[in-house]
Amino acid sequence: MSDYRIQGATGDWEVVIGLEVHAQVTSNAKLFSGASTKFGAEPNQNVSLVDAAMPGMLPVPNRECIRQAVRTGMAIDAQINTWSRFDRKNYFYADLPQGYQISQLYHPLVGEGAITLDADEKTGITEPKRIGIERIHVEQDAGKLMHDQHPTRSYVDLNRCGVALMEIVSQPDMTSPAEAGAYLRKLRSILRYVGSCDGNMEEGSMRADVNVSVRKAGQPLGTRTETKNVNSVRFVMQAIEHEANRQVDVLESGGRIVQETRLFDPDKGETRSMRSKEDAHDYRYFPDPDLLPLELDEAFLDECRASLPELPDAKRARYTGSLGISAYAASVITADVETARWFEALLAAGADPKAGANWLTSELFGALNRLGKEISDSPVSPEQGAQLLGLVADGTLSGSLAKQVFEIMLETGDDPASIVEERGMKQTSDTGAIDAVIAEVLAANADKVAEYRSGKDKLFGFFVGQTMKAMAGKANPGVVNDLLKKALDG
Amino acid sequence: MSDLTDFTVAQLRDGFRKGDFSAREAADAFIGAVEAGRVLNAFIVETPEHAIAAAEAADRGRASGEFGALSGVPLGIKDLFCTEGYQTTAASHILEGFKPTYESTVTARLFGAGAGMLGKLNMDQFAMGSSNETSAFGNVISPWRRRDGGNAALAPGGSSGGSSAAIAARLVPAATGTDTGGSIRQPAAFTGISGIKPTYGRCSRWGIVAFASSLDQAGPMARDVRDCALLLEVMSGFDPKDSTSLDIPVPKWEAGLSSDLKGKRVGIPKEYRVDGMPEEIEALWQQGIAWMKDAGAEIVDVSLPHTKYALPAYYIIAPAEASSNLARYDGVRYGQRELPDGAGLQDMYAATRAAGFGAEVKRRIMIGTYVLSAGYYDAYYTQAQKVRALIVRDFEQAWERCDLLLTPTAPSAAFALGEKQADPIAMYLNDVFTVPASLAGLPGMSVPAGLDAHGLPLGLQIIGKPLDEQGVLNAGLAIEERAGFTARAERWW
Repeated sequence: MSDYRIQGATGDWEVVIGLEVHAQVTSNAKLFSGASTKFGAEPNQNVSLVDAAMPGMLPVPNRECIRQAVRTGMAIDAQINTWSRFDRKNYFYADLPQGYQISQLYHPLVGEGAITLDADEKTGITEPKRIGIERIHVEQDAGKLMHDQHPTRSYVDLNRCGVALMEIVSQPDMTSPAEAGAYLRKLRSILRYVGSCDGNMEEGSMRADVNVSVRKAGQPLGTRTETKNVNSVRFVMQAIEHEANRQVDVLESGGRIVQETRLFDPDKGETRSMRSKEDAHDYRYFPDPDLLPLELDEAFLDECRASLPELPDAKRARYTGSLGISAYAASVITADVETARWFEALLAAGADPKAGANWLTSELFGALNRLGKEISDSPVSPEQGAQLLGLVADGTLSGSLAKQVFEIMLETGDDPASIVEERGMKQTSDTGAIDAVIAEVLAANADKVAEYRSGKDKLFGFFVGQTMKAMAGKANPGVVNDLLKKALDG
Repeated sequence: MSDLTDFTVAQLRDGFRKGDFSAREAADAFIGAVEAGRVLNAFIVETPEHAIAAAEAADRGRASGEFGALSGVPLGIKDLFCTEGYQTTAASHILEGFKPTYESTVTARLFGAGAGMLGKLNMDQFAMGSSNETSAFGNVISPWRRRDGGNAALAPGGSSGGSSAAIAARLVPAATGTDTGGSIRQPAAFTGISGIKPTYGRCSRWGIVAFASSLDQAGPMARDVRDCALLLEVMSGFDPKDSTSLDIPVPKWEAGLSSDLKGKRVGIPKEYRVDGMPEEIEALWQQGIAWMKDAGAEIVDVSLPHTKYALPAYYIIAPAEASSNLARYDGVRYGQRELPDGAGLQDMYAATRAAGFGAEVKRRIMIGTYVLSAGYYDAYYTQAQKVRALIVRDFEQAWERCDLLLTPTAPSAAFALGEKQADPIAMYLNDVFTVPASLAGLPGMSVPAGLDAHGLPLGLQIIGKPLDEQGVLNAGLAIEERAGFTARAERWW
């Protein structure tokens, strides 16, 4: 239980949150037809006879979509139902040519599982928290209505119609907007690791229906509302915040919460009523008679299991354990699969895990932030990064030289070794050369030398700086320290 | 040369191969018959050009020694099959003008084997009906008439009534039918022809306008058992585009035909002896039993205790599926659209469907919507599915005692058009003997076995175990040989 509470006039209110996430399954073809799922095609280019519900057309399940949903279920330690069935959800709408959506109401593909939220000071989650997943079922997406193409008509684009979605239904286990946000991020992370959904909320690959209710501590669950189709983590958190406060206001002013479907308005940051339970559709669900029950055999399950990658929680445990990486760096690196992949490539190219993790989370992330780039299009490759770290490890580059070389790498894309070679940026440990420079520096600053020797120790840094500057930063700082100490104290 | 329209499919096929006549001659003979038989209203669309093109291709093939299994054979195609480039309406206004850009799997197989299409056959609208009176294009008239001096127009049965009438009137040598609750077998019985509904899953449903998906099966209708066997061989086979299609080899049914039933046990289900069944149907059934014995079969009495619940269960399950299957006819993408001034989306749906669907289709959509609705689902749909499971079990238990079942096909001979229109229940009762096998997905066949007092044909039904089409066809052949059914509708058109 988080300590998030709505402070009402009558006291504190707890918030209870459940999320239904619709995640678009990564597959080449749609759930029941061979049409492409490629995003960004011209309207109605990716539409088969089945998607357009022509007379006599029949759905045929796409094995890959089922496989992806099963793998997702396995990744959240869920029960995989080896017998499941598709049902029809009947309603009329222009984006639904069949007049029904093929979904799974009675016998979903994936049963109960769970996701663990990581403790995170920033979000106020003080210790890891388990969020139950009730089920994952597979269903068809609908098409898209376009109201801005013609002054008096609406157009329909069926490209998305029939694309496979996983509906991932959580238990009402979240108690703050922050937990809901963390849940969505963690779920997104797992989906991207598994490769079953790209998690791209802007393109609509992930959308959430947000169930919210409020209650006084110790009271039974309150009546919930469902806010549909919220399409970013931030909006989900805003919607919860607004909806919970709205419910508290209603209840405290003597009103009653109606079970209803609401919409989130991102511009105003508020939810508003769409339809109440009274005028809810009667979807007349029944088993789809065009499809046989879905039966999964052991070989299929084994293949699904074997194809799962190392997942974020396991990876993080390995990083902080045998690799000795700090907890902070480990969670930053494992949060996103692309970063984790980049890091693994860095290690594979020979980088030391600890040095690599520090460099990646500070230097590389800093640079990418500055450049506004994702790690997937980093101008520096993991191999180049490992090379750079190698040059530091073997004493060729000092820390500050390494930073300079890295900047050049970002600009030119060149390998660090050739940059060092061409620009003569190698650090020197030649004591003769360094001693000569130290002698010059001390001679030119006789007054400061006197001050130092009379007890002003802090001036030591000044001499290091002057020496390094005179050597254009290429001197080995350790050697400089040693030699200066000797020259000044000796 | 004798009249080619009197030839069966096998005779046409064999005569064409031997060079007795050209495929074009056969096609022309039937095209002429189709034109001459227009008063029967058996066709919604005539497609002589398709039949001629197939015939000419067959004739060219023969010149180089190439024959398909159906080279030289023109067929009628029920209007429920989508035919590429040819209007396909399911006999409903809501699909008027719809020309599919695709060919149903079954018709593609038939045409691929060399058959041509004489036209799209009239039927009950969306295959919902037992008399052909629900067609939006006017009812088919049976070529048969009662020998009572009257000229009452009779129903050809339904829903494949265009198919049955066209075959009985020799406008086509054979035709495709579809059977959801008896739509091949009952019209075959009414018109003195043969028809077989195979095991559910034998024929692909891809490209057949759906009525009730868990029941719909295509099958051939023809003059005799051999034609049914050879046509079913071409129509059957696994289709990856239909998830319910059976991925098993298609037997050589024609080659396997044998009327010797030695070692076969034929079950007589006592529950099929229904109240008010005409005496002559009972007598025909007894005659059928005698023929089975004569063919070497052993007769055993069996019980199918849940038979009386089959019809009510069927009239819940089939409309439930239909109410959903027919949701796609919304005026948006094809077929009829009614868009009154100022109409919004929901208004367009309502206006289109009100204008496009016939009364019987609307009735079944409403029944189906009702039985699936919240609060009634368990009482109707779930209950009906339980009954369906019990019916399946009835048959499974019967198969422990016998190999085949023999029953009448329909509780009466053909009735007059208009006679049962006012009472949907009386109409639904026509399916009482055919529906149980449909619910269980079993192969069932009707063969002509005799005439009633008015000279109208009566059929006997054989029901077989799953996948035992051969057993069904063989028993059908045994009846055919013994019945010596040669009666035909006297030509009045």
